[in-house]
Amino acid sequence: MMQAALYALPILFLTIFYLYPLLAILRVSFGASLTEAMEQASAALRAPGFWRVLWFTTWQATVSTLLTVLVGLPLAGVFARFDFPGRGVMAALLTVPFVMPTVVVAPAFLALIGRNGLLNVWLQRLLHLDAPPIQLEQTIWLILLVHVFYNVAIVIRTVGGFWSTLPPTLAEAAAALGASPRRRFWTVTAPLLAPSLVAASLLVFLFCFTSFGVILILGGLRFATLEVEIYRQAVSYFNLPMAAFLSIVQLFFTFTVMALYTRVQARLSRTLRLRRRAFARRPASWRQWAVVGLALAATFIGVLSPLVALAVRSFTLGDGGPTLIYYQALGENLRQSAFFAPPITAVRNSLVYALATLAISLPLGVIASYALVQPRSRWAAILDPLLLLPLGTSAVTLGFGYIVAMGPLRASPWLAPVAHSLIALPFVVRTFLPALRALDQRLREAASTLGADPLRRWWTIDAPLLLRALLISAAFAFAISLGEFGATLLIARPDRPTMPLVIYRALSQPGLMNYGQALAMSTILMVSTALSILLIERFRLPQGEEF
Amino acid sequence: MLEVRTIHKRFAPDKEVLQGVSLTVEPQEILCLLGPSGCGKSTLLRIIAGLERADQGRVLLNGSDITETPAHRRNVGLMFQDYALFPHLNVAENIAYGLRMHGAPASERRRRVEEMLALVNLEGYAHRSVDDLSGGEQQRVALARTLAPNPTLLLLDEPVANLDRLLREELLEALRRILKRLHVTTIFVTHDQEEAFALADRIAVMRAGRLEQVDAPAPLYRRPANTFVAAFLGFRNLLPILEWRDVHAVCTPIGTFELPERDAAHPAVGARLLIPPDAAVLDSAPSSAAHVPLVGRVVAATFRGSVFRLQVAPEGSKEDSVLYFEFRTRGRERLPVQGEPVRLWLDTAQMCVVKEA
Repeated sequence: MMQAALYALPILFLTIFYLYPLLAILRVSFGASLTEAMEQASAALRAPGFWRVLWFTTWQATVSTLLTVLVGLPLAGVFARFDFPGRGVMAALLTVPFVMPTVVVAPAFLALIGRNGLLNVWLQRLLHLDAPPIQLEQTIWLILLVHVFYNVAIVIRTVGGFWSTLPPTLAEAAAALGASPRRRFWTVTAPLLAPSLVAASLLVFLFCFTSFGVILILGGLRFATLEVEIYRQAVSYFNLPMAAFLSIVQLFFTFTVMALYTRVQARLSRTLRLRRRAFARRPASWRQWAVVGLALAATFIGVLSPLVALAVRSFTLGDGGPTLIYYQALGENLRQSAFFAPPITAVRNSLVYALATLAISLPLGVIASYALVQPRSRWAAILDPLLLLPLGTSAVTLGFGYIVAMGPLRASPWLAPVAHSLIALPFVVRTFLPALRALDQRLREAASTLGADPLRRWWTIDAPLLLRALLISAAFAFAISLGEFGATLLIARPDRPTMPLVIYRALSQPGLMNYGQALAMSTILMVSTALSILLIERFRLPQGEEF
Repeated sequence: MLEVRTIHKRFAPDKEVLQGVSLTVEPQEILCLLGPSGCGKSTLLRIIAGLERADQGRVLLNGSDITETPAHRRNVGLMFQDYALFPHLNVAENIAYGLRMHGAPASERRRRVEEMLALVNLEGYAHRSVDDLSGGEQQRVALARTLAPNPTLLLLDEPVANLDRLLREELLEALRRILKRLHVTTIFVTHDQEEAFALADRIAVMRAGRLEQVDAPAPLYRRPANTFVAAFLGFRNLLPILEWRDVHAVCTPIGTFELPERDAAHPAVGARLLIPPDAAVLDSAPSSAAHVPLVGRVVAATFRGSVFRLQVAPEGSKEDSVLYFEFRTRGRERLPVQGEPVRLWLDTAQMCVVKEA
């Protein structure tokens, strides 16, 4: 009875704060009757721009995915095959883009290769140029580049993780049977990697398809994905039916991709279960060392250079000397400033929201995991798909759903942490559940036969063994809440902005001071997120290569 | 056929896994590399296959130096301990893989696959997925795949180690039958002396990167070159030699033994007297003069089916010096029990002196 009440909690939460808002969007989109629905849909389909937005969303996601695979695959190979000093650092570095908020990464790339970016300033000074040589701002190239930055870790982790469990004897057997290195790759390695590559590509496609912050900040008015268009229709034009219709189109696409991904993933984990060993070896020749060195250097430069540029620019006045003025300005409420309160209060808001997110998502995630781990239970049958759906639902859609569904609750300061929790919940479960599954049932049985009652058994066996997984889950939830942008933009109260909102507002205001404040706030957010990542890496489970 | 000359291999500065190994394999011979795990036998096999580079030394196949030839141009077949069957290919595709790499046309590949399936008794398995096969079936597919391209030399790395005992014996016999029928020169690696005896024409015993002894199974068993080989072959009665009376009389803690002339090894320091477990007769005194009596007490008796084993503490010796003997069960009404005094006759003709390893 007690158990049932507990297991009902996550289901209740997901029903109220996920399914209900989604239904509200459906209602807004399709109106009261079928004829009204048809009319609204056909009007939306004829609206100028709809097909343009859909086309842009699709092709940029496709190209981003291809580029990401192109960059990620060789790195995955190095990671899977070689054991070298710095491997752990490289793994940790690759977590960075995955967790860094868009409102940090987008300004970071501007600070590195924007018109007044560090690289342009240096090149101009070095080559005595009048104009900045790198002209990527407001181009599709910058967007694609940032998408690659974000998602390359997914390819490396998914494909590399799988690759490292392929026994090297397979390729050796092929060699002994007369296959040259190239044929070995194409006849043995590549076909075996294909499912994991498809899974990774689908995930990357999904993330790029629903890209929001990157496009909004770097794309200006020229580029809009469905996600950005939903936001504009809902907030700028207040065209709720159109926003709802776009949300549904997007949901259709994301759910389709999610469904495909789940199927491929299920097949992957089945084959993976057979062998859990990793087979990385030391590089054996100078050529292999060179490849490893190159990969290490590329990772270091690729991941760190934008982030370092961001920090450097936040301490630099224009193209002059070092300064703290931007950080000082964060504490003041300037008259001409766009903020209602000193921007620094956003740090406090963000921290409060993040702690609230922890308080909500961790207990729910742990309870949900225990429900899911029961074999063949009704709870698992309900929770499993229910937890998957939010992963395929974009943040803006969710925020929009809250706007149309929550009525008087819309102004509640609790809405933001609730949305953050909903976004964090699947991640918490996905981190905690494998650890829970891996916990040997016989340990609990042994404790029972030694006289531990259920509560003591949980406290002496489960709790200490699952602590690491819990800490990692907590760090993920914390980082997700700190950096959440899309949903927060729609539902946070203007007088209680979070760090990402302050950054976005400052970026969209003209003037050096606003830009500098955005960089300063971005740097603060970057450091807070980095601390969470550090915690994650510190407590990563011993079989750390599994990603 | 195959000649391996003074191979050295180091994995780390202080870890030399092969310390100058030289070996010759005759055409159509089945040679076994026998040794404990970590002795370097698998590394030697991988060097012969071309999957590992030797730091020094040469590998010659049919007279030509293949030391620098990459694995895929050697036509040396290697069967892995975990079989390394390609999980994305079915049985027939696995077997045909090597033929495909050698550019055989489709019709020939089909014919050869059928031939190989018949050879390993897996007719009708062509389109099965390799994941659905039992361990023994996987082993046979791996063998068929390795043999399909007609390798000049066949290398088997612990070919039956992953199988249970009953299956192991059955597959060993099948393996020997197939190898002898095809006249294929073979080197195989194992840590199990019974496997080595069952399959090999000659056995090379390895220890810590060196070859200790290379011999046919029977001479190897009869006269192990040193105490390491003897211990590895399972001999447990290795008595320290306290003193040499003359060229062929040795003093041991349990008495002095007069050895037949052929066993008169030189008086090496640290040498030991080997008494095989089956070198004793229980109950009645044999007529042969080579038998000497031994009186003792049974420490333990275990029934092993057709034989039974006794641990005997010789009279007057210390508690911990125990000898191990094996007798036939047949024709015996009751077995000796623990604590019972026994009188044995040891056959000095079967004893030999082994050098210290």
